[in-house]
Amino acid sequence: MENVNTAPILDILDVCCGFDRGQGELKVLDGVNLTLNDGEIVGLLGRSGSGKSTLLRIISGLISATDGTVNYCGHPVDGPAEGVAMVFQTFALFPWLSVLENVEAGLEALGVGAKERRERALAAIDLIGLDGFESAYPRELSGGMRQRVGFARALVVNPTLMLMDEPFSALDVLTAETLRTDLLDLWNDGGLPIKSILIVTHNIEEAVFMCDRILLLSSNPGRVISEIPVPFTHPRNRLDPAFRQLVDEIYAKMTARPSADAERKTGLELKSWLPQVSTNLIAGLIETLAAAPYNGRADMPEIARQLHMEVDDLFPVAEFLQHLGFADMSEGDITLNYYGRQYADFGTQERKQLFADCLLRGVPLASRIKAVLNERPGQRAPRERFKQELEDFLSDDAAEETLDSVINWGRYAELFSYDDQAEMFSLEDVEA
Amino acid sequence: MRMILPPVINASARRLLPNRWDFVAFPLILCVIVLGSTGFRQTLAPLSSLQTEVISLDPGNLPEYALRTILRMLAAMVASLIFTLAYGTLAAKSRRAAKVLVPVLDILQSVPVLGYISFTVAFFIALFPGRVLGAECAAIFAIFTSQAWNMTFSFYQSMRTVPTDLHEVSSSFHLTGWQRFWKLEVPFSMPGLIWNMMMSMSGGWFFVVASEAITVGNNTVILPGVGSFLSQAISERNLGAVGWVILTMTLVILAYDQFLFRPLVAWADKFRMETTSSQSAPESWLLDLIRRTRLIQRSFHPLGATLRTIARMPVRLPRIPVRVPVSAVSSRVGDLLWSALVIIGTLLLAWRVVSFVASGVSVHEVLVVFGLGFLTLLRVAVLIALASLIWVPLGVYIGLRPHLAEKIQPLAQFLAAFPANLLFPIFVVGIVHFNANPDIWLSPLIVLGTQWYILFNVIAGASAFPNDFREAAANFHIRGWQWWRKIILPGIFPYYVTGAITASGGAWNASIVAEMVSWGHTKLIAHGLGSYIAQTTTAGDYPKIILGITVMSLFVIMFNRLLWRPMYAYAESRLR
Repeated sequence: MENVNTAPILDILDVCCGFDRGQGELKVLDGVNLTLNDGEIVGLLGRSGSGKSTLLRIISGLISATDGTVNYCGHPVDGPAEGVAMVFQTFALFPWLSVLENVEAGLEALGVGAKERRERALAAIDLIGLDGFESAYPRELSGGMRQRVGFARALVVNPTLMLMDEPFSALDVLTAETLRTDLLDLWNDGGLPIKSILIVTHNIEEAVFMCDRILLLSSNPGRVISEIPVPFTHPRNRLDPAFRQLVDEIYAKMTARPSADAERKTGLELKSWLPQVSTNLIAGLIETLAAAPYNGRADMPEIARQLHMEVDDLFPVAEFLQHLGFADMSEGDITLNYYGRQYADFGTQERKQLFADCLLRGVPLASRIKAVLNERPGQRAPRERFKQELEDFLSDDAAEETLDSVINWGRYAELFSYDDQAEMFSLEDVEA
Repeated sequence: MRMILPPVINASARRLLPNRWDFVAFPLILCVIVLGSTGFRQTLAPLSSLQTEVISLDPGNLPEYALRTILRMLAAMVASLIFTLAYGTLAAKSRRAAKVLVPVLDILQSVPVLGYISFTVAFFIALFPGRVLGAECAAIFAIFTSQAWNMTFSFYQSMRTVPTDLHEVSSSFHLTGWQRFWKLEVPFSMPGLIWNMMMSMSGGWFFVVASEAITVGNNTVILPGVGSFLSQAISERNLGAVGWVILTMTLVILAYDQFLFRPLVAWADKFRMETTSSQSAPESWLLDLIRRTRLIQRSFHPLGATLRTIARMPVRLPRIPVRVPVSAVSSRVGDLLWSALVIIGTLLLAWRVVSFVASGVSVHEVLVVFGLGFLTLLRVAVLIALASLIWVPLGVYIGLRPHLAEKIQPLAQFLAAFPANLLFPIFVVGIVHFNANPDIWLSPLIVLGTQWYILFNVIAGASAFPNDFREAAANFHIRGWQWWRKIILPGIFPYYVTGAITASGGAWNASIVAEMVSWGHTKLIAHGLGSYIAQTTTAGDYPKIILGITVMSLFVIMFNRLLWRPMYAYAESRLR
């Protein structure tokens, strides 16, 4: 960390953000503190549901926090702030504007004159390696080139702070790496007007590769659980043992047993959000873990690399295995337990039976649906009934997602059937 | 002409369930129209009958007449665009306004277009007493009512679906509401809007022809144009002149397509949201020509620069705050108050109109009109079914053969745009000649113009049918009836429904002109709601006109709600 200037670029104190639900407030962010100094790249690392994108939008002034203060360059943020530019995961380019027009758009909004606009836009396009593509439309460009336009558009307004919302996650591995190194080169050469960069990511290696400091966010609600300085100089080598060591440490911190976090309960509750985890992934992961060379125990970063999965893909599956009682996670390791090994040995029908038992035990929503269906005379219940129950605790989208997840598992386990047309749960075609 | 596949085919059809606001919107909208027009009629009566221009049947006059018809169409299109932008924006930006505006729009598009004419001719003539301008406005308004609603729906839907990331970009650029409107929302809505403009235009020709010569009670409107030329030809029994009109209209429609819509569509291609380039971008020789010339480019430059400056002006539109700062309770109270206000207003209006109608209509008459409504319903249903039986197999046959489809598709589109009422005299002459039963033989006229929507949508569906499915079907030896039932019919069903919705909407409209036709002094009348409206309009019997229009709107709405929307929903959810 180099503290060139004493005044922080950005200072966030006790920021909370939540939505009104039937049973009080649903918190997305809970008491987040964060300071950005001159000359830093800081990473916000967290899993989906940690509210990292929400935090980014609060900083940029796109949405306002329900509580707490956000100071940018000493002034409270109130609406989109000047000198804060954002790069989007989806690029967010206007498809009807050419590259040059897209880059000029931000300047035009600032009221910069036509001639200066053109010069500055061309300079930014030059800087980011897009010359020759000025008159192309976004749809003619590859993903990497489109994100370069996103960068140019952010840089051209000479921002003090650049916010990046998972800027590389929509790109393939090779392209993402090229863009990362190009950006870092510009940053280290001092060719950028930016004083600080804040990157939101769920990719641990990416965070270690780029950032000077990493903030770890917990999920549901999001709060900063750890701050990790990255001591390496650029350019960084991913194969360097120290680099790998740090990646492993962060993995361990993210998989720390819930007991470390007093408020997080071990088991799922009825109101818990359930991630969309396909039953094929569950079977696949269990089989991989059970087979050599892991033989039931694996290092999370290693298995993630081997399966080409990122944190966001792997964690929900691993965690769900834990909830089902198939596996345990600790210190960045995942271990199959008795049921998990049994599952790996079983054939299709036995697997389904075991899965059904574990689902009823480990996922309260599944047992709830089963119980309601058993109680009802026609053994049918509409989706809406459960949705309303969930919506007291979850946002609308999260409630839908949770229901979809449990429907998928319940169908696989043959616990209940579901008619998507009528949006109706029932016990038809299900053996008692 | 080449087929451009619909991006948003029928935006309104996506709104599935009727909500309780429909029950408010229906009486509200009809009553406002009725009161507005009859109020004016009463206050400003007596009206001098409009000076009737003599229409000469000399074909040499046709170019001038055609020009005036085209200008009317253009004026209506401009009015529709302005209406679309204003109404769509308001509905999309304000939750409370949307509650009323969206159902109102839905009802507005169910009211038969020619019904508006009956109401509004008196109103517009009263607005500009003794001047042709009033009659012009009435005709333009009629065309407007045939164009505006689906454009507005499309725009409203687009406004609501602007991607959040683009919204966030424009917020972080500090764009004001005005700037965002022109920089983001309008461009984003462009493809759907232009497609719907084309559809509107192709429907509009029918109504421009019908609205140029119309009689409402003692107001006879005759505006120089293709439509009045036709009506003159009909009253003089001049079949040659009818031929000239058909030729002129053909040329006009082709010219419109080549000079206005092809360039527009080709230009608007860049607003498509897909981030991949399409294999076949729409092309226009005219646009290419303009893009290549320097002089024309230059001469357009100042205009473009001015427009851009206007769009850039940092005007702050009255912002409706996204997050209302007041507490949830007071906003709920506000909602309730607003709902109560709307309902009370509607009740008041409805009461006034009902009492007005009751003054000239007995309960028996209401029953009779409902009976006539069922007759017309039968006609529409049977003919749509017949047209489907013919055009679905043919459309599939054509659509699965790309070379054939390429040739037939433009023809089908042209036929859909061609105002079928120009062809009515030919049929009428035949019916008169053979002394056929008008109740049966006038019926085909109802779908004469609108059946083509079924054809070209089915062709489009069959062309888009994935080759994999065809190969899989062949591989598993699926043939004959099973092939139709399990493979191709489900595949084209969403397209078919889209076409059939358009066709049936058009058929209801057409019934007003098709159930009562004349040739010289010979009048052919088929029993039905359409002829009832046509007759009462000629007689200027307002209570009966209102009754007829209301019943027809009810039938259209019910037909849509009970038949088409469930089918559309099914197609959307199961077969796409």
